[in-house]
Amino acid sequence: MQMPAPDARVMAKKDHVLRRLMAVLPEDAVIHDPTATRAYECDALTAYRCPPLAAVLPASTAEVAAVLKICHEERVPVVPRGSGTSLAGGALPTADSVILGVARLNEVLEVDYPNRFIRVQAGRTNLSVTGAVEGDGWFYAPDPSSQLACAIAGNIGMNSGGAHCLKYGVTTNNLLGVTLVLMDGTVVEIGGAHLDAVGYDWLGVICGSEGQLGVVTEATLRILPKPEGARPVLMGFDCSERAGACVADIIRAGVLPVAIEFMDRPCIAATEAFAGAGYPDCEALLIVEVEGSPAEIDDQLALIKRIAMAHDPVELRESGSAEESARIWLGRKSAFGAMGQLGDYMCLDGTIPVSALPDVLRRIGELSAEAGLRVANVFHAGDGNMHPLILFDANAPGDLERCEALGAEILKLCVDAGGCLTGEHGVGVEKRDLMGVQYRPEDLDAQMRVKDVFDPGWLLNPAKVFPLEVSAGRRAG
Amino acid sequence: MMRPETEAELAGIVAGAERPLQIEGGGTRGMTVPGDGDRLSVAGLSGVVLYEPGALTLVVRAGTPLAEVGAVLAAEGQRLAFEPMDHRRLLGRDGVPTIGGVAAANVSGPRRVQAGACRDAMLGVRFVDGRGRVIRNGGRVMKNVTGYDLVKLMAGSRGTLGVLTELAVKVLPVPEAAAVLVMEGLTSEAAVAAMSAALGSPFEVSAAAHLPEAGETWLRLEGFAASVAYRAGRLGALLDRFGPARVVEAPDEVAAMMRRLRDVEDFADRPGDVWRISVRPSDGPRAAAAVAAEAAIFDWGGGLVWVLVPEGHDIRPALSGIAGHAVRVRGAGPLASPEPAPLAALAARLRAEFDPRGLFNPGAMG
Repeated sequence: MQMPAPDARVMAKKDHVLRRLMAVLPEDAVIHDPTATRAYECDALTAYRCPPLAAVLPASTAEVAAVLKICHEERVPVVPRGSGTSLAGGALPTADSVILGVARLNEVLEVDYPNRFIRVQAGRTNLSVTGAVEGDGWFYAPDPSSQLACAIAGNIGMNSGGAHCLKYGVTTNNLLGVTLVLMDGTVVEIGGAHLDAVGYDWLGVICGSEGQLGVVTEATLRILPKPEGARPVLMGFDCSERAGACVADIIRAGVLPVAIEFMDRPCIAATEAFAGAGYPDCEALLIVEVEGSPAEIDDQLALIKRIAMAHDPVELRESGSAEESARIWLGRKSAFGAMGQLGDYMCLDGTIPVSALPDVLRRIGELSAEAGLRVANVFHAGDGNMHPLILFDANAPGDLERCEALGAEILKLCVDAGGCLTGEHGVGVEKRDLMGVQYRPEDLDAQMRVKDVFDPGWLLNPAKVFPLEVSAGRRAG
Repeated sequence: MMRPETEAELAGIVAGAERPLQIEGGGTRGMTVPGDGDRLSVAGLSGVVLYEPGALTLVVRAGTPLAEVGAVLAAEGQRLAFEPMDHRRLLGRDGVPTIGGVAAANVSGPRRVQAGACRDAMLGVRFVDGRGRVIRNGGRVMKNVTGYDLVKLMAGSRGTLGVLTELAVKVLPVPEAAAVLVMEGLTSEAAVAAMSAALGSPFEVSAAAHLPEAGETWLRLEGFAASVAYRAGRLGALLDRFGPARVVEAPDEVAAMMRRLRDVEDFADRPGDVWRISVRPSDGPRAAAAVAAEAAIFDWGGGLVWVLVPEGHDIRPALSGIAGHAVRVRGAGPLASPEPAPLAALAARLRAEFDPRGLFNPGAMG
């Protein structure tokens, strides 16, 4: 993975840029000491690191605007950062860039139950948005695994999903409005507590634009009343084809589970050793959760179990209590930790049509054997969002490169099956050089034209999303 | 009128165009200013490309009639979740509504409050840009964050950024049962409060509307029959303080009520202009009063206000203190609330990037 060489012109005027930033921000909001900037050298994709020129922590929209205006005038690249939990390297700096962290923008600005929204500063963590309203029986639906730490700003940048999007959608379906600061410092209000746009759907294109179009400082989010209850059922199958067919039949039957999670044998084995959730010894495991009143849940689970029986499950276990529900979810929720015990891993998140599941899983098994690297699969099966975890040893020479090569092959497989490179993590730098697998040059050109409109100088997070050779002419301009 | 039969033919027409083009699907709404440019119909690009009921996905060419889409889905017990309006009665037009026309205008009906808008159901697009190039974006899977979401940008762009040729949409199963709770005699303010209470409950209300002239407030529930019956009971109890509710369960009657709401049938045969106003729900009654509407219908829990006003009456100045926007749906051409200046500047630049020769639907989108 390559990053552009730092701009010597910017490096040469570091002190000048710092002085200008310090003139508009409090002293402790400009971080430039080389030991301190190390904290911002990477995000959760730790394989790639580079300390930035400086990191700034503005505490208001006005401060964000002042920072961007200065960087725009000085032509300094800016890398926006939420909480730094990106698995795709979305917040990876270059040596000539300023990291713009939104962590100090963490206030709740307005809660309005009759109109079903909350307005927050965008550095607020995902889980604390729900935390602000759950006492009154409400929640914010998108729930990425990193929700304890990840910021709403990053959720918007990556259009984050989670385990419950089968029913509630992803960030873009739950975002009503933003305050956006453009690279030249212009502050724009988009959307609000009302629905839909009168002009172009700016919210739609900003959500998932990986911090390349502007910096989101405030967000109006849709909140939902909590369901009366939820209950999972666990099913084991002796082959992934049966599990895949069961998923499709459940969806066709008109039930809309809130989550359908899938784990394959390597993942089941790892989580059993780690968490001891009591999962059955089988090839494929599904956890299906439905919501409603106790009677509604009974009816839905009865139907789901009837469907599952037609696919010869080796195990069918319905939760009878909160403890049993927690136990069913325990293994799934520990999956990433369990894999971490086995060694280093790379987590992909390609999405495929649900119908392609058995074929893709078989092919991943073959590719894994060819590469001599173990792959475990755990994913959101209802929407086809896979999470193959490739195990490798970061200390073994060449292992990371073999792992990356296998990852690329698996993602190409997802695209060939009618899917995409990334379902919820984003492109960042991790999948940047694979964009040509999914999109033709003219498709990428159309996307880059949108960036041309918002950020003509290509200063915002410029080395992400688009392969460097594809964006070269624009970045130089 | 030009009526290409393939995407390649359409791309060739755009590439060689020397005058502006008026793009239309079934011509049921007329999104452009009449007389300005050559008419280009997408109706020839028709048919289902791929349908996977088990994955809830449909890929369809843009000119496919909405009725055909509906029939294909119904055969598998599925439907478009966003319940698009049929404009023909309200506008007094004929023609055949197409899925591309619906997408280009982001047409979303009463179920918007629960299932999202048309744009939320759109997974992928193919379109021809102003240079005559075929562009693909998105795909056919439900979760996709690979690159920018131009799908959302195309939704509601009224053909001004490109000519839609194909789209992939998420579909949903048709539920086993539906019922409508009907409350009578509420003021608009009380009705919005009741609808907010209903939409703030866990009972999954899939439409919430108030029809002041009929003196009725409607709350729709959908799902398995036993669940609908249970929720109707709980919801009635929850709303007891607003007055009694009766439950309409007959499928034909429920369908007729929702069609009447969705298609704004109450304004169809009456003179005057029709506007739709999008505001936060609690501002709905204030918006209707501010524009001195002859008649109003509140959908989306109060957040979507349909108003009937005298012909030629511009309601926008009266709404200046209320956050949201207004669009004229019936009257002398399209008219909409202006965007803030920075967004209008971005819109002009975006349009110039995607349609540098200014071919597409001059007059649409301001």
